[in-house]
Amino acid sequence: MSLLFGKLTLAALPHEWFTIAGTVSMMLGGLGVALFLTYYKRWKWLWTEWLTSTDPKRIGIMYFVVASLMLARGALDAGMIWLQQALSVGSSHGYLSADHFQQIFTAHGAIMVFFVTMGFLSGLINYIMPLQIGARDVASPLLNTLSFWLYVAGAVLINLFFVFGGEFAATGWLSIAPLSGIEFSPGVGVDYWIWSLQISGLGSLLAGVNFIVTILKMRAPGMTLMRMPMFVWTSLSSMVLVVSVFPILAMTLILLTLDRQFGTHFFTSGFGGNPMLYTNLIWSWGHPEVYILMIPAFGVYSEVVSTFSQKKLFSYKSLVVAAILITLLSVLVWLHHFFTMGAGANVNAFFGIMTGVIAIPTGVQVFTWLATMYKGKINFKQPMLWFVGFICTFTLGGVAGVMLGIPGIDFQVHNSLFLVAHFHTMAIGGALFGIFCGITYWFPKITGFMLNERLGKYAFWSWIVGFFVSFMPLYILGFMGAPRRLDHYDASLGWQWLFIVAGFGFLIICLGAALQVLQIIVSVIQRKESMDVTGDPWNGRTLEWATSSPPPVYNFAIIPEVRDRDAFWDMKQYAVIARSAADEAILSESRLPRPSDALGARNDTQKITYKDIVMPKNTAIGIYISACTFFFGFAFVWHIWWLVIASAIGAIVCLIVRSFDEETEYVITAVEVEKIESINKSSTFPM
Amino acid sequence: MTRRNKIKLAIFIAVDALLVGFSLWMMARPEFHFGNFAVLNPKGIIALKERGLMFTSVLLMLFAVVPAYFLLFYFSKKYSAKNNSQNKYSPNLESNLIGALIWVVPSVVIFIIAGIIWKSTHDLDPYKPIESNIRPLTIQVVALRWKWLFIYPEQNIATVNFIEFPKDTPINFELTSDGPMSTFWIPQLSGQTYAMAAMSTKLHLMANDTGEFNGLSSEINGQGYSGMRFVAKATSQNDFEAWVESIKKSPDILNEDQYNELEKPSENNPRAYYSMVEESLYNNIMMKYMIPDKAK
Repeated sequence: MSLLFGKLTLAALPHEWFTIAGTVSMMLGGLGVALFLTYYKRWKWLWTEWLTSTDPKRIGIMYFVVASLMLARGALDAGMIWLQQALSVGSSHGYLSADHFQQIFTAHGAIMVFFVTMGFLSGLINYIMPLQIGARDVASPLLNTLSFWLYVAGAVLINLFFVFGGEFAATGWLSIAPLSGIEFSPGVGVDYWIWSLQISGLGSLLAGVNFIVTILKMRAPGMTLMRMPMFVWTSLSSMVLVVSVFPILAMTLILLTLDRQFGTHFFTSGFGGNPMLYTNLIWSWGHPEVYILMIPAFGVYSEVVSTFSQKKLFSYKSLVVAAILITLLSVLVWLHHFFTMGAGANVNAFFGIMTGVIAIPTGVQVFTWLATMYKGKINFKQPMLWFVGFICTFTLGGVAGVMLGIPGIDFQVHNSLFLVAHFHTMAIGGALFGIFCGITYWFPKITGFMLNERLGKYAFWSWIVGFFVSFMPLYILGFMGAPRRLDHYDASLGWQWLFIVAGFGFLIICLGAALQVLQIIVSVIQRKESMDVTGDPWNGRTLEWATSSPPPVYNFAIIPEVRDRDAFWDMKQYAVIARSAADEAILSESRLPRPSDALGARNDTQKITYKDIVMPKNTAIGIYISACTFFFGFAFVWHIWWLVIASAIGAIVCLIVRSFDEETEYVITAVEVEKIESINKSSTFPM
Repeated sequence: MTRRNKIKLAIFIAVDALLVGFSLWMMARPEFHFGNFAVLNPKGIIALKERGLMFTSVLLMLFAVVPAYFLLFYFSKKYSAKNNSQNKYSPNLESNLIGALIWVVPSVVIFIIAGIIWKSTHDLDPYKPIESNIRPLTIQVVALRWKWLFIYPEQNIATVNFIEFPKDTPINFELTSDGPMSTFWIPQLSGQTYAMAAMSTKLHLMANDTGEFNGLSSEINGQGYSGMRFVAKATSQNDFEAWVESIKKSPDILNEDQYNELEKPSENNPRAYYSMVEESLYNNIMMKYMIPDKAK
């Protein structure tokens, strides 16, 4: 049996109330979806239109769906953490054992970073970046679907212990050695953690390569680097970081695997191993990782503040320099996560100062956005609200961040709830608000109809109020000497009421999230009244607004030519000049180049000649390879060696088979393009 | 706004107001007293300096933060599409002066903070001995699963989860671990330093006041993490000497066998006192990781 199933036995199957609850709810959810698809005969549609799609727009939406599901899971964890901390005081020990509690906060951290924030950002980059650079696709559509499916494989694996039993890691989201070693964590929990991160990390790395190549090689004619929209710049910065540091993560996880399963001693205390090596490696990936999450959000804010202030971004060059500086500096500060490990004063001071220096470009960005608002005409639509909320929280988090970067202060707040409050301020108030900002901004582009404004505003206010109610108590608790990750504490410390207040903040945030769900439902129901027929509901500035909403599969019928940084804004300005010019002859004599054909395509008076467009075919190979990789990881967790070998062979065979497939593209003929373009004026979301 | 929407808005505001109100009511509770703010209420010179550093750095950053908040709300109001007339609207505004200021203000603030970082980091280096006329006291700390073992090498006594030392005397802590990493932290006296197996780290502190102070680990180290707490008691020199004498009368001694028993994982361990300690136990605990066949 052990040859067949490895360490996986019946005893490992779920038997505690929370794993059983997880299993049952996941099975019911899966069954519901399956019934729905069967009843409406949508299986084939799902497979051909979505799952096997190589269209980055479709893949982007699938990222949003998976990330939203994972957000629900991570939020459930957050609620359980808060409930335990509010209850477990003095003689009462709450409703979770220490071990369960530790598993929950580990899962919460790993899920929120890897599968929520990374997922949403990958989705945004997938959907928006090719549109913004005037491309029809990413550089490698196959790699793109593979990246997505590897991310899904990781997401499934991190939830799998509910169904297949065992446990999750109880070691904190970075599983610091030697606690994560086999001696102190003999169960399969850390292995689940390793493999879900390893697989989704591989997906991120591949996506990073893909996006870099796309941005560098596939920009529309005329779009020089210094004409790229800020979101493209920040995506590029973020992806350069991904490619630079994710190999460190992969290697660290491999070494930890070797330690745990093959008896090596890289990170053990004895036999010449050194646990500090693990801390160094994981943070030299981990610190850039938080910037990987933050930098694209900076790009979203730059787009939004410029569009809704109806003004050119102030000092675009400063923003570009700031993004590049943050990218470079972010790999020079990792040691500030362990000032307290006994490094000398010179080393600590160096990394402390570097951390302070990062605050310069970050501060520059904030002031640049403010200067963009200066003398603008600001429309306070939802995306702009998220931006204002972000500045409020981010500035607070920045102050806390600089404090943490000063070694003398860090000694007192390291690993305290002050730190927890700080990084939640950045992760929620910075990255997540950025995601909401981006999704509300681009929602009409993605779906073809507007998002309900009023519900969105209520949701925003709930989020921002809930955020402060929930995290200000944690800052205070930090000053009271409360460390993170406590499953129990003494009543005399006077902490309980603060934890309870934080719990109320969590409820307000949940209200906000519920309002967002309601907002989407209401918007879908009322979509007939709120169609975006223009493709440009916000008076946008960048190329994604130059095509219809939602864009056709090929994004642009004719690749636009770019003359200015705000390419679409420039086209619109030019069109005004062109229309006001009474005589066509004046136009042809003017020294301005021809207006872009992309704009012309939207203009009835001009006759456009379309050309055939070559697009990539659907492919299921990403799904197959990811499935093999998933089984590889699962088999490694449970030591099912035959399956390790079989799935590795499977993945390689898939690759070889695919390499013989020579017909990977199909042609949309000019006639078809013309038909699509004429329908597009009244297009709806592809239901 | 229609009547129905007004009602919806009213309900929405009421729900939020209720939750915020309840939060404020919670804050008015009697536990809210300054004594509980360990980090802001220091009783040792190091923690006092660290608090000072917090105040200085926050004050300095306010020079960048206050303008940012002010401009955000001022611009939001003044230049909102509702209020801004066309003549103030300048869609292609560029300004070298503002552009330069944007870089200069944060840079100046951070430049000053950088100087403070360099100086304070050297000043507050936990490895730096505290200057004093009084002879320092050495206490060796071993982080175990899940309790703290303290060895007083000069007095040749040991304790678990409790330490006592005279105030105004520099205390030299030497830290190691026999298990996962932990951090050694007494918030009211000084910042924290890691205790790691096979390694010895240092921490220096000095209490200015008598009293009992909470000590803990802030680094997760397994099942018993939350219960891994100790009390650090600062007393007068005389009381300390009397206390050492009382420990000397304890029937328990800490030899290798006793240590191996103590080292086994246990949660919420009670305090323990040992009148004698095996010679160089602290070193042996570290050295066993250097000998392959004994390492775990």
